[in-house]
Amino acid sequence: MKSDVFSLLYLVSAVLFIVGLKGLTRVRTARRGNALAALAMLIAVATTLLELGSIDYRWIVAGLAVGSTIGAIAAVRVQMTAMPEMVALFNGFGGGASALVAASVLWLELIESNTTATVAATLGGSAAVTVFLSFLIGCVTFSGSVVAFLKLSGRLRGRPIMLPGRHYVNAVLVLGVAVAGWALAFFTTDSDATRLACLVVAAVSLIVGILMVIPIGGADMPVVISLLNSLSGLAASATGFVLGSNVLIISGALVGASGLILTQIMCVAMNRSLGNVLFSGFGETAAGDDSEYQNVSSYSAEEAAMVLESAESVVIVPGYGLAVAQAQHAARELADLLESHGAKVTYAIHPVAGRMPGHMNVLLADADVPYEKLIEMDAANPEMRTTDAVIVVGANDVVNPAAETDPDSPIHGMPILRVFEAQTVLMIKRSLSPGFAGIKNELFERDNTMMVFGDGKKILQAILAELKELSAAA
Amino acid sequence: MIGPLLIGLYVFVLAIFVGFEIITKIPPTLHTPLMSGANAISGITLVGAVFAARMGGLNASAVLAFVAIVFATINVVGGFLVTDRMLGMFGRKRKS
Repeated sequence: MKSDVFSLLYLVSAVLFIVGLKGLTRVRTARRGNALAALAMLIAVATTLLELGSIDYRWIVAGLAVGSTIGAIAAVRVQMTAMPEMVALFNGFGGGASALVAASVLWLELIESNTTATVAATLGGSAAVTVFLSFLIGCVTFSGSVVAFLKLSGRLRGRPIMLPGRHYVNAVLVLGVAVAGWALAFFTTDSDATRLACLVVAAVSLIVGILMVIPIGGADMPVVISLLNSLSGLAASATGFVLGSNVLIISGALVGASGLILTQIMCVAMNRSLGNVLFSGFGETAAGDDSEYQNVSSYSAEEAAMVLESAESVVIVPGYGLAVAQAQHAARELADLLESHGAKVTYAIHPVAGRMPGHMNVLLADADVPYEKLIEMDAANPEMRTTDAVIVVGANDVVNPAAETDPDSPIHGMPILRVFEAQTVLMIKRSLSPGFAGIKNELFERDNTMMVFGDGKKILQAILAELKELSAAA
Repeated sequence: MIGPLLIGLYVFVLAIFVGFEIITKIPPTLHTPLMSGANAISGITLVGAVFAARMGGLNASAVLAFVAIVFATINVVGGFLVTDRMLGMFGRKRKS
């Protein structure tokens, strides 16, 4: 009877997770949706504590206190530009936690109780397999996420790091972990052997996670975080199988599905397959130099301001460079001024702008840009033809016409923002250096392109000042 | 009768479908909050961590469970809070 009540409470929790996620489908209801999911988590944890009854709570309370403090401080302090690395790190913690739960179960049930039975005999055959899976996926997620975090936060270089023969190394490692896992689940009968098998599985899967992420370049990071997100959910699901907990299985599956969909969206936005992202080491080619370019015309902020003054429709195309230069507030001020002159201003957002799915939207929201003004690529492109001026700040590959015109280009087929169709393109950039893809952008040479060289924020502020002067003079 | 593994598998597969149905409807504007929110949800493994820590004591298993609780709680608390912070920015009125 009592256990039925607990089961029902877990059901309430699972339903609230789904309802909460559904709330995230609309901006208006999203905040409430997130709160409902948090409530679901609270119910699940509280039910577990009730279910356990009177036990030694010291470890649990200490763990909850330490984790809450660290989590809350991180959440309040993080800059919006640093969101991707924070999500990557949290992901790693989630995956790591699942792996640790699996390890704790193995230690408790087998190693510390000095049993002579196999894992399969002690926990049951299916639990033996899922405990291994949760351990494996958790470890891969943990080490992969930590590498992603190091890359995204600039502590590790962003360009792909390629090891010789890595495909063979990976194959051997995957085979090794499968064998060790098999032995762990069904053959080790004394605690020393079980412990050894556990440590081998942990070590090898941690290495697999590292090797999976280090060859991946900066531009592909949105795909990688989405994939790791999915894996952290699957690890939680696997833990649910071990413990026979449906709420873990359900919420883990929801996260797994979410991560997979985002991975898919990101791959489509770059016209690449997941296999290609994971194995090709995209962006390792040597970067081109400035000498490739001819007919590039450089303009001053004043000249840019004159173009904008007469423009009736303006589209701003922000890229990650905008975030790096902290130029989102300057961009919004410029947009405000142009609007006060009667121009129509929108922001065209490429799906992979920024370092994670939807990153640019958050950065612009942080600068008080109303989300109605953020236009997705498919809606923005038909409008380009009738746009007077496009301002590209800190974006490069996503506006490169080679994706459509040059079949030999590495980015050929990638959907782009067709800014070259606009009357004038103002390209604000530090230099002619290539973007993540490491290739030339012929847009810089086009007749309707005006290159304005300099720091994104400073240039936008200079244009703003010039515009104010122009309107004061008029 | 079907065993617990199969029941779990049923639940898992159906939940994946529910997830696909809901998440394909989420607009790109909300993808970052979705991701950090989903991240927080994957901290549900906290339930498993709490369960694993039930024996107390000073064994390797208890220490492992303790670290699992810390990790999962960081994920849960940090994830939900930062998602709320982001979503707050979407709704807020412009400073004039």
